[in-house]
Amino acid sequence: MTRPRLSTLAIIVAALAVVPLAGLSGSLLNLMIFMMIIALAAQGWNILGGYAGLSSFGHAAFFGAGAYAMVVLQTRFGVNAWIALVIGIALGALVGAFIGFLSFRSGLKGSYFALITLAFAEVARILANSTNFTGGAAGILLKLQTGLPYLQFADRRYFLLIALGFVAIGLLVSWWLEHSRFGAYLVALRENEQAAQALGVDVFAVKMKAIAISGALTAAAGCLYAQNYLFIDANVAFGSWISIEALFAAIVGGSGTVIGPLLGAIVLLGLGELTKMVSGGIPGMDLLVFGVILVLSVAYSPNGLVMLMKSLGLRAPAKAREA
Amino acid sequence: MLEVNTLTKRFSGLVAVDQASLSVAKGSITGLIGPNGAGKTTLFAMVAGFLQPDGGSVSYDGRDITQLAPHVRARAGIARTFQIVQPFEGLNVQENIAVGAYLHTPDAREAMQQAADIAHRVGLGADLTKASSDLTVAGRKRLEVARALATKPRLLLLDEVLAGLNPSEIRDVLPLVRAIRDQGVTILMIEHIMQAVMNLCDKVYVLSQGRMIAQGEPKAVCEDPQVIEAYLGHGAAERLRAEQAHA
Repeated sequence: MTRPRLSTLAIIVAALAVVPLAGLSGSLLNLMIFMMIIALAAQGWNILGGYAGLSSFGHAAFFGAGAYAMVVLQTRFGVNAWIALVIGIALGALVGAFIGFLSFRSGLKGSYFALITLAFAEVARILANSTNFTGGAAGILLKLQTGLPYLQFADRRYFLLIALGFVAIGLLVSWWLEHSRFGAYLVALRENEQAAQALGVDVFAVKMKAIAISGALTAAAGCLYAQNYLFIDANVAFGSWISIEALFAAIVGGSGTVIGPLLGAIVLLGLGELTKMVSGGIPGMDLLVFGVILVLSVAYSPNGLVMLMKSLGLRAPAKAREA
Repeated sequence: MLEVNTLTKRFSGLVAVDQASLSVAKGSITGLIGPNGAGKTTLFAMVAGFLQPDGGSVSYDGRDITQLAPHVRARAGIARTFQIVQPFEGLNVQENIAVGAYLHTPDAREAMQQAADIAHRVGLGADLTKASSDLTVAGRKRLEVARALATKPRLLLLDEVLAGLNPSEIRDVLPLVRAIRDQGVTILMIEHIMQAVMNLCDKVYVLSQGRMIAQGEPKAVCEDPQVIEAYLGHGAAERLRAEQAHA
């Protein structure tokens, strides 16, 4: 088990916070913001898919719920950005509870659960694409208004810090899972639902809580995405790209671990960006690299980069002792 | 403490348990024996709430619990072990047991402490940080018992905890079961190993082809011709008697 200390998490967050102060170029800053958003979405996925073992292919449903809440509330109802953010996160939890109630009532697990979540996300995408209220196929633009009350900043480093703050919350939630009854129950039902029931675990209630927390975190990522790019449409907000990105980052980094999703998001997007630079913009090269990374990580480190690093770290001192 | 009244379970045509009744007195060790496929585990599953019976009822402490979900029964003090051990693979021994301990405390430190205590009680004290998949068969059986004990049960359902153990391991586990009873836990156990049944049980029920065919003290039950026939086939009791007369 990898159980980072709180101090380790604090150092990671502090390091990430210091980087932009060193004066990054605009595109690197944008990349870092995007990394944080994906990391947050992946942290949400990790609660349900990693800890509880309920792999979802439809976290776009939560991401989109947050993104649309953020944009629709501000443009149509004149709601303050921060309040819209809170409502967006709550909506993500609610959508999670809704999908969870329907699927867990009927005991869906494994590939059936994955498919049903994918179906929900697709339905949401089609609805958002065809409804005027959500801007239809044209999508919705958010007005550019810089300043703290609008949650938009002329200096984008502030936005990065806010995104990083949410990632820190995601780390804390996962850390808490590793040290609490709720987290132990999640792992127990992942490993063996029947045995968990026999020990008095109300598996339905535990799964409901997990999907609500998971939905809330991923919805927060959607809120930040909308606020950062100031534009969404159905394919961006509810598109399967984000479902894949979220589960991909979590799995490559280490699903069911505290730092896995963050590590996965940084490594994947970093490598993707590097490929784009090296390949001179051949479209799709970064996707090709993603594919290769997935194959390699499944083959050589099925438990994720976190476990790989840990096992390398464990082997090193053993060698030192021999020497 | 536990009353099972005319429980019936059908699996599409096959009657696995047919109007079986039994009662477990508080503070006793009651055995449930029977040939393979007799329906013992199915009966257990209905008592623990994992299967809904097609007829009959289960009452516990005078309360009808037939409709209650397994986790609710666990909270009421009924714990079970599984015949095929089901450890949480991703957790170590202590964490496995702590999942049971969390039933009565939300506090992680307390649950882990209780888990350590119970591990010592069942003889897993040296394996606290071992991965549950690294345990021997005997170790996993102990882990099953430890996890169930961690829920502080008043009624413990043991499903073949001795199966797959060698004679010396069995000798080690027998006192453990007795010690659990002496600490005030009522036990209902499914067991194949007659030595254990004779040794431990105050009362034994015999299930054969879904029906309860005998009950009573272990010694009397073993000599019951119906029981001998259930195990050894039709006419076996008579043949045995004839052979004994010859000898």
